[in-house]
Amino acid sequence: MSELSVNHLLGIKDLTEEDIQLIFSSAEQFKEVINRPIKKVPSLRDITIANLFFENSTRTRLSFELAEKRLSADVINFSASSSSVSKGETLVDTVNNILSMKVDMVVMRHPNPGAALHLSKHVDSTIINAGDGAHEHPTQALLDAFSMQKELGTLNGKKIAIVGDILHSRVALSNIFCLLKLGAEVEVCGPPTLIPKYISSLGVRVSYNLRKTLEWCDVANMLRVQHERQDLKYFPSIREYTMKYGLTMNLLNSLDKKITIMHPGPINRGVEISSEVADSDQSIILNQVENGVAIRMAVLYQLASKRTMNFA
Amino acid sequence: MIKKELLNNKSINIILNRLANELIENHGDFSDTVLIGLQPRGKYVLSRLKDIIERNGISKLNIGQLDITFFRDDFRRRGNPLEANQTKINILLEGKKVVFIDDVLFTGRSVRAAMDAIQSFGRPEEIELLVLIDRRFSRELPIQPDYTGKRVDSLESEKVLVEWSDDNSNNTVFIIKPANE
Repeated sequence: MSELSVNHLLGIKDLTEEDIQLIFSSAEQFKEVINRPIKKVPSLRDITIANLFFENSTRTRLSFELAEKRLSADVINFSASSSSVSKGETLVDTVNNILSMKVDMVVMRHPNPGAALHLSKHVDSTIINAGDGAHEHPTQALLDAFSMQKELGTLNGKKIAIVGDILHSRVALSNIFCLLKLGAEVEVCGPPTLIPKYISSLGVRVSYNLRKTLEWCDVANMLRVQHERQDLKYFPSIREYTMKYGLTMNLLNSLDKKITIMHPGPINRGVEISSEVADSDQSIILNQVENGVAIRMAVLYQLASKRTMNFA
Repeated sequence: MIKKELLNNKSINIILNRLANELIENHGDFSDTVLIGLQPRGKYVLSRLKDIIERNGISKLNIGQLDITFFRDDFRRRGNPLEANQTKINILLEGKKVVFIDDVLFTGRSVRAAMDAIQSFGRPEEIELLVLIDRRFSRELPIQPDYTGKRVDSLESEKVLVEWSDDNSNNTVFIIKPANE
């Protein structure tokens, strides 16, 4: 019987390939659970989980909350806008106050890279990173790779393109780590201003031409342009971005093969991906959302199992 | 470690035939009955019983496999985390007669978890329990089988192991004693 090599999920970078496959095989079982008439199991009934969101989120927060409730955990929610953070409390103080209420696990999204790591060193609780700045978003990468693996059978030797705003994307970085560990080839594609200068040192290919990338890849993961993180103009206009890097049905139909289209959401329809493509049968965007709940259940279950009870 | 044979292929076949006949006696044409093999090892007993029942002219058997991992009561109390097996139940169990099928009944805790887990698929009219081997005097919960292959008296430190061969030519039940006893 195997178990995860880590006690917290801070990033994909810390995981081994065996860890990732263990999470996938558990997710497979949880996927069956969430399709039962009664979609709930009692495994985490004695665990309390705090969802701390210092940044906006819809999908991730709902998905985590649903996963926690499907496992019968007790859940408390926190969002920064309505909290004492605006009164000047530090992160460790805020979290320690919450932990005094006997919380076992913390799911946290934070605008600063490394916030989850910082927390894991200062509090006695299992930390799950739900996105830290432009650094990592491990559960998104796991669910993306899980969805791809279900579509393609295996990721070994498969060609995956990540298209869009790579510079500001934590999804891109986590995806790259995860896909490379599973043996896939990865190419990032976008305007030169939105591709980090040394990204090829991670072992990925770089392209500035969407058509060439699509001709090369088996799966295209389209990312959103993160206007809220952009402090200066990275391209002349959204219209120009769409013309060069937007995925349209015409472009997709002009390829001589069928590729799988993914998007981590939220979609800006008509910018990085046209409505037609997002709703086409080549898109597995809604499968990603379903798999997201199963993957998060698997992560919570595997990490919780490492918190062995001590009755002494 | 001492491995002693408890049942050979011939006696296992006699027992399986008897159990199948008892099921037929109580469940008739099985139209309202669902046979559920408990993962991981109950499915082997189930598939052999299914063959025998079908040879008796009953063709439409409802069967399934239930995994109880997420309903166990020892999560976070063991050294190793538990890995789940596949659950395969494609019909609603509301109002059906369910028969749990397992190879060895020991503490009764898996059966308790299974009674919990099965509720996710509807409320069965009744649940029965069939086991190939009943290890007597080792129960930790008030659970007893309705159909028993063979009762065995064994120490807690001993293990009962059922080995199935693919072609059913060499099925065996062993009792394994630790070497120092």
